[in-house]
Amino acid sequence: MTYSFLRLAAEALRGQTGWTPAWRDPEPKAEYDALVVGGGGHGLATAYYLAREHGITNVAVLEKGWIGSGNAGRNTTIIRSNYLLPGNEAFYEHSMKLWEGLEQDLNYNAMVSQRGVLNLVNSDAARDAAARRGNAMRLHGVDAELLDADGVRAMVPYLDFDNARFPIKGGLLQRRGGTARHDAVVWGFARAADRRGVDIVQNCEVTGIRVSNGRVMGVETTRGFIGAGKVGLAVAGNSSRLAGMAGMRLPIESHVLQAFVSEAIKPLIDCVITFGAGHFYISQSDKGGLVFGGDIDGYNSYAQRGGLPLVEDVMEAFMALLPLAGRLRVLRSWGGIMDMSMDGSPIIDRSPIEGLYLNTGWCYGGFKATPASGWCFAWTMAKDEAHPLNAAMRLDRFASGALIDEKGAGPYPNKH
Amino acid sequence: MRIPCPHCGERGHEEFAYYGAADPRRPDADAPLEAWHDYVYLRDNPAGPHRELWQHVHGCRRWLEVTRDTRSHAIAAARDVAARGTA
Repeated sequence: MTYSFLRLAAEALRGQTGWTPAWRDPEPKAEYDALVVGGGGHGLATAYYLAREHGITNVAVLEKGWIGSGNAGRNTTIIRSNYLLPGNEAFYEHSMKLWEGLEQDLNYNAMVSQRGVLNLVNSDAARDAAARRGNAMRLHGVDAELLDADGVRAMVPYLDFDNARFPIKGGLLQRRGGTARHDAVVWGFARAADRRGVDIVQNCEVTGIRVSNGRVMGVETTRGFIGAGKVGLAVAGNSSRLAGMAGMRLPIESHVLQAFVSEAIKPLIDCVITFGAGHFYISQSDKGGLVFGGDIDGYNSYAQRGGLPLVEDVMEAFMALLPLAGRLRVLRSWGGIMDMSMDGSPIIDRSPIEGLYLNTGWCYGGFKATPASGWCFAWTMAKDEAHPLNAAMRLDRFASGALIDEKGAGPYPNKH
Repeated sequence: MRIPCPHCGERGHEEFAYYGAADPRRPDADAPLEAWHDYVYLRDNPAGPHRELWQHVHGCRRWLEVTRDTRSHAIAAARDVAARGTA
């Protein structure tokens, strides 16, 4: 069923009785051409682009819970392409372009809002770094503007500009960045994949990966064995566990990242703001809640909840940036499990096992990458080779030394 | 989460700095490159009991080997790294 204004009007006249489920709930078949493990944004996007770009429609997405129940529903919904390094920037800009046409492409309202992403700077050194990043972006054909303090003040006058410790000196603005409704992204990709014949199998946990003579044969699941010549893992947070089923160790640690939403207030923040002096980012949802987050807790965790010291750290940054936070109540907080890679950048690549593909290491930047991640992973799975956009996101870069370390932090996952 | 420091007693984990997995041991200087790659980059990253290194930076400053369940944060053991020897 295609969604349109006409359909909406027709359904309004007949009491909304004609809507059908947005995707089927099929029993898994015994065999598929390709399996995607993980029904989050990345996995569903992969299945969608396998069908749309490569004509591979005999595909199933296997999800242990319900689709979007992991990190896809736990992020702070920010989309942007303001990266520095060549291996990253073209990829994230491709993602940004896919976001820009996503709703028409999927026939689904993902509430993509290009409201601008403003990265504040609080020192001369930070301004130099922002200028360098902005120049790198522009060399890749991406929009970036360096604002001075007055420019920032004109946009968001309610910040604490003259904070004695962290005065706001300016900011790097990407106007095309913004937010998207994360659940709608999952639902939109699921529906669009389903319409092209992809089976979305929920409540189906992978418990083993069957490998024979160095080749993947399929996966063991809680709903029986499912055979496939190609298996793609898009299971951020649990990548090490799944890869371990195939005897692999990954350059990944799982860490918890918390996020928060305040009670709803009237429209205040009409863009995304990040705080340069500490790790903090904030936007306002359409329901009025301020959605914000900060650093990871910093120690290996598979618990989808975080600790209080990090809550305190995030709230301190919030207060330093926006003193009005002191009058605001926090409504909810939650945690998601991140694949923290050893250089802070993702891996979209083949694995040493033939027919087994890896999509992992998104650290806490996976949401914005959703369309391009699926697009590149589908390409890699379909053609058994990387697309130029993900050519640098190799698994063997840790052996070759061709790392993509945006922060230059070294092989310490909790420092990225 | 509270870590039972063998020298200072049970303290909040914000007094400690986290390093990472305790099991990888530094290879010999002339070990093959593959051994160094594994040591520097590859991790077991278990969902369950995990031996890991924490330094009590705001206490005794000793490095500890803590065994913690990464699903529940329950800590089964904590000892000074000196207690585990060099093997």
